[in-house]
Amino acid sequence: MSTVAQREEIEARTKVFLVEEFEVQEDLILPDADMKETLALDSLDYVDLVVVIQDNFGVKLTAEDFQRIGTFQDFYEHIEQRIARA
Amino acid sequence: MGIWSCLGKDLAEVSESLRIGRSGIVFDPVRKEMGFRSALTGKVDMPDLKAELGRRQRVGMAEECFYAYAATAQAFRQAGIAEQTFLDHEVGILYGNDSSAMAVVEGVDALRRKKDTTLIGSGSIFQSMNSTVTMNLATIFRLRGINFTVSGACASGSHAIGMGYLLIKQGLQRIVLCGGAQEVNPIAFCSFDGISAFSVREQDPTRASRPFDKDRDGLVPSGGSAALVLESLSSALERGAPILAEVMGYGFSSNGLHISDPDLDGQVRALNMALKMAGMGPSDIEYINAHATSTPIGDLVEARAIDAVFGAHRPLVSSTKSMTGHECWMAGASEVVYSVLMMQGGYLAPNINFEEPDEASERLNLVSRPMDRRVDVLLSNSFGFGGTNSSLIIKRYAS
Repeated sequence: MSTVAQREEIEARTKVFLVEEFEVQEDLILPDADMKETLALDSLDYVDLVVVIQDNFGVKLTAEDFQRIGTFQDFYEHIEQRIARA
Repeated sequence: MGIWSCLGKDLAEVSESLRIGRSGIVFDPVRKEMGFRSALTGKVDMPDLKAELGRRQRVGMAEECFYAYAATAQAFRQAGIAEQTFLDHEVGILYGNDSSAMAVVEGVDALRRKKDTTLIGSGSIFQSMNSTVTMNLATIFRLRGINFTVSGACASGSHAIGMGYLLIKQGLQRIVLCGGAQEVNPIAFCSFDGISAFSVREQDPTRASRPFDKDRDGLVPSGGSAALVLESLSSALERGAPILAEVMGYGFSSNGLHISDPDLDGQVRALNMALKMAGMGPSDIEYINAHATSTPIGDLVEARAIDAVFGAHRPLVSSTKSMTGHECWMAGASEVVYSVLMMQGGYLAPNINFEEPDEASERLNLVSRPMDRRVDVLLSNSFGFGGTNSSLIIKRYAS
């Protein structure tokens, strides 16, 4: 899979599970939007976010990983790198 | 009051079911595939709460919490209790609930599959505890009074009302939401089915639950939720609340004997204690909503207990479990709701499927057909595993 295609796949899957699991409006999931603010995440929500990310991408994110992720763009890049390393 | 059961999703629908003697029992083929001895169950739909509650509010709610939210919201609405009441007063909550089995199993299944506790998800812990209903509802409605769950087997809901009554009577609380909740999924009931307690009259689901009938062969499991707002009289009058009835007495006892066998003496002691607390005698009770679940031994002993205390006066008796099945942890609360609906509607729900008495039930004045009857004072029995007994006396409110 090309890098562009993989990025699009990550974005598309992320939107699906966030709309489904976190009931967020799809049009709010923009690359430059702040992930924590957009999803209104509290400490328990992070637990569920780790679960859906693991279910969808097979990678497990830690609290330290989330500290480095601000926007959805950061998230997509992080997932892309983790998948590439796996 | 509020109700969500196999007889309906609100007070009006349930009252109509009770009035005409409509059963809520069905055959569930999934249970047969799972290895159940009996696939009979009450059919209870899940409320869709997506429009009312956000994701964070729902994620920690087990199945029975969904029923309990629906019943509780109805009860608060009918009592005229809204956000301002919760700010003005320390409103409490006491629910009867004695399992959250499916949530526990799903959490452990997730661990076995993923081999990592941090991948179970955040909702499991809050769904898995017996207090799942009270912890979730107290958070959702922002309740600031008493807040705990009563686990007293099949008398849980009745004891919750009894506890609320005592707290109000003591002057410690002015408003307590009391209720009972029961999950209906097969996981919750498989071990109960495993001790051969359920009716196997699978060819005729609506006729399987037949309390006091000579040919009864076991209970039918069911569930849902029932809720009642208990409030001190002065508080209710001050708020201008619609007062439906008064709790007059709460009798309780423990048999101290066998873990599953009922006991005549324990039941009689609970009945007499309720009468004493109410300042009433046996002749004051006009109707008894029996615990009778349709098991051979349970109904026999209860019929003898009712006869021992009320035999000289023979009040009318029926078991609404003939229509609902056994709503277990919820039953003590739902049967008070059912009874108050009858009181309001001027009728008595029939003990359907009662065709022929046994040697004990022949001494009871059983209501086997729908009956128009005004009742002002009634008693509701609830008995549970471990020998826990509870009897509540309810009186029509007269201003």
